[in-house]
Amino acid sequence: MLSFLGRRVLIAIPTVLLISVFVFALQKFLPGDPVLALAGEDRNPEMLAFLREKYRLNDPLYLQYFHWIGNALRGDLGISLRTQQPVLELIGQKLPVTVQLAVMALIFAVVIGIPAGVISAYKKGTWIDWLANIISLSGLSVPNFWLGIMLILLVSVKLGWLPASGYQPLTEDPLQSLRTMLMPAFVLGSGLAATLMRHTRSAMLGVLQSDYVRTARAKGLNERTVVLKHALRNALVPIVTVVTLLFGELLAGAVLTEQIFTIPGFGKLVVDAVFNRDYAVVQGIVLCTAIAFIAMNILADALYRILNPRMRDQ
Amino acid sequence: MTAVTNIPADAPLPRRRSRVWQRLRGNPSALFGGALVGFFLLIAILAPILPLPGPAATDWNAIRKAPSVAHWLGTDELGRDVLSRMVWGAQASLLAGVVSVAIAMGIGIPLGVMAGYARGWTDAVISRVTEALLAAPFLILAIALAAFLGPSLTNAMIAIGLSAMPIFIRLARGQTLQVMTEDYMESARAVGLGHGVIIWRYIMPNIFPPLLVQATLAIATAIITEASLSFLGLGQQPPAPSWGSMLNTAKGFLEQAPWMALWPGVAIFLVVLGFNLLGDGLRDALDPKGS
Repeated sequence: MLSFLGRRVLIAIPTVLLISVFVFALQKFLPGDPVLALAGEDRNPEMLAFLREKYRLNDPLYLQYFHWIGNALRGDLGISLRTQQPVLELIGQKLPVTVQLAVMALIFAVVIGIPAGVISAYKKGTWIDWLANIISLSGLSVPNFWLGIMLILLVSVKLGWLPASGYQPLTEDPLQSLRTMLMPAFVLGSGLAATLMRHTRSAMLGVLQSDYVRTARAKGLNERTVVLKHALRNALVPIVTVVTLLFGELLAGAVLTEQIFTIPGFGKLVVDAVFNRDYAVVQGIVLCTAIAFIAMNILADALYRILNPRMRDQ
Repeated sequence: MTAVTNIPADAPLPRRRSRVWQRLRGNPSALFGGALVGFFLLIAILAPILPLPGPAATDWNAIRKAPSVAHWLGTDELGRDVLSRMVWGAQASLLAGVVSVAIAMGIGIPLGVMAGYARGWTDAVISRVTEALLAAPFLILAIALAAFLGPSLTNAMIAIGLSAMPIFIRLARGQTLQVMTEDYMESARAVGLGHGVIIWRYIMPNIFPPLLVQATLAIATAIITEASLSFLGLGQQPPAPSWGSMLNTAKGFLEQAPWMALWPGVAIFLVVLGFNLLGDGLRDALDPKGS
C-alpha cells in the first residue's frame, strides 16, 4: 500500500506543478498593472519603482515563476491586499468553518442518498423507484443557492424555526453551532444526496443480480439479511470512493451556500477576494483546492484498494 | 460537471440514427425534457415580439407589487415586470448554456482528437494539462476566471467554457482511441488517406454521439453556473436581466416580495431539469446495451 501511495504521489507532482503554472499565469496575463493596485493612493514613480523591484516584477517571467513557486513551497502564498494577512494564514482560519459545513452536508447526503438508492434498486420498476429517480434528478437540477433562499423564506422568515444566517464556532456553543449550520448543510448536501442515490442505485442493481446474492437467497436467508448484509456491503465499495471524491466538490460547492447564509468560511473568502481584486488570495485558493482535490483522488484510490481485496494484489 | 459518458460506436450511422430516434421517442421522460427545453427556447426567441413591457421599463407606481392581472408574476424593487424580465432572462441563460458549451467543445474536441490520434508526446502534453485543469474544482475555476476576465455575460461564458473544456478533451481523446482500434481505420490508413480526411470522415462521425450526450448534460451545468456567477455579480450586469442576477436582487426583499425570488429559481430548475432529462434519454437511446 505504501509503494502504491508513493507512486500516486509521484504521479501527482507534475499535475500540481502544471496547476501552479496555470495559477501563476492567471495573474500575469491580466490586463492592468498589479503595482498600481499594490501602491493604492501613493502612486509616485519612486514608490512604483520600489514596489516593482521588491516584488521582482522587472525579472523575466520564468524567474518570477520560480520565485513564486519557491515561496509557495515554503508555505508563503503572498499577502492579502485587503487584510495584509498571509494568504495561507487566512485560508487556515476559514477552512475549519467550511470543513464543518461540508462534513454536516456529507452526513445529510449519506443518510438520505444511500437508503434511497438501496430502496430504489430493490423496488426497481415500481412507483417507488420512479419517485426516487424523479426526486434525485430534481435534486441535481435545483440550483442550491435558490433552494437556500426558499428555505430561509420558509423556515426562518415564515416559521422562525432556525436562524437565517450567521455562524457560531462548534467549540464555543455546539448546540447553536449545529442550529446555524443545519439549513446550509441540508442545502449543500441535497445535490450530493441525489448523486449518491444514483450511484447507490446503480451499484445495488449490479450486485442484486450477482450469483452470490442468488446463492444467499437460495440458502433461505431472509431478504433483509440478503440486501443489507450481502448486497449493500459489496455495493458500498464504489460508493465509498464516490463519497471521498465528492467531499472535494463539497468544499467548492460551499462558495454559494456560504454566501447565502453569510457563513465566514472558505467560500465567502473566495467571493470577497474576487470583489476586492485580492488576486493573491484567489490564486492561493485555486492552488489549495486543486491540491486538496488531488489528495482526495489519491485517498479515494487508496480506499478502493483497501475495501476491494481483488485490487490489493494488482 | 456531469460524469463522462462512454458509449462505444458500432453499427452503421444511418441505421443507428433511426434506432436512436425511435428509442428517444419511446422514452416519456426524454420527451418531457425535450418539451421543457423547447418551451424555454421558444419564449427566448419570441421575447422581442411578446406583448410584455420592456425588461428595464420601470413603473414607480408599481414597486414590489404582488402577482396580479396587470403583472402576472408581480413586479420588482424598481417596478419592473417580473414576467418580462424572466422571458428576457431566458435568452441570457440559454445563450450562456449553449455558447459556453460551444466554446468548450470548439477547443476541447480538436485537442482531444489530436491527443488520441497523434499519441506520443502530443498526447502526453495534452493529457497532463487536462488532468491539471480537471484537478481544479469547476465552480472555483469558473469564478476565478470570471473574476480575472472581469464581470460580464460574455466573460462568464468564456470562463464557463474554459472550465468545462477539459471534460470534452478527455472524452474526445478516449473515444478517438477507441475508434482507432476499429478495422475500418486500418483500411483507411492502408489506402493512404490523409490525416485530415481520416479525422473528418471516419473519426468525427463516430465519436460524435457520446459528445452530444455530454454536451446536453454540460448545457444544464453551464446554465446553473451562469446563474451562480450572475448571482455573485460576476455574470450578466444590471439592468440587463438574467435569472441569477434577479435572484441576487430578490435576496434583499424576501419578506416584502417573495415572488421576486420564486419564479427565476423555478425557471432555472425547469430548464436544467429539461436538459438533464434529455441528456439521460439520449444516453439511454445511444447505449447499444439498451433495449
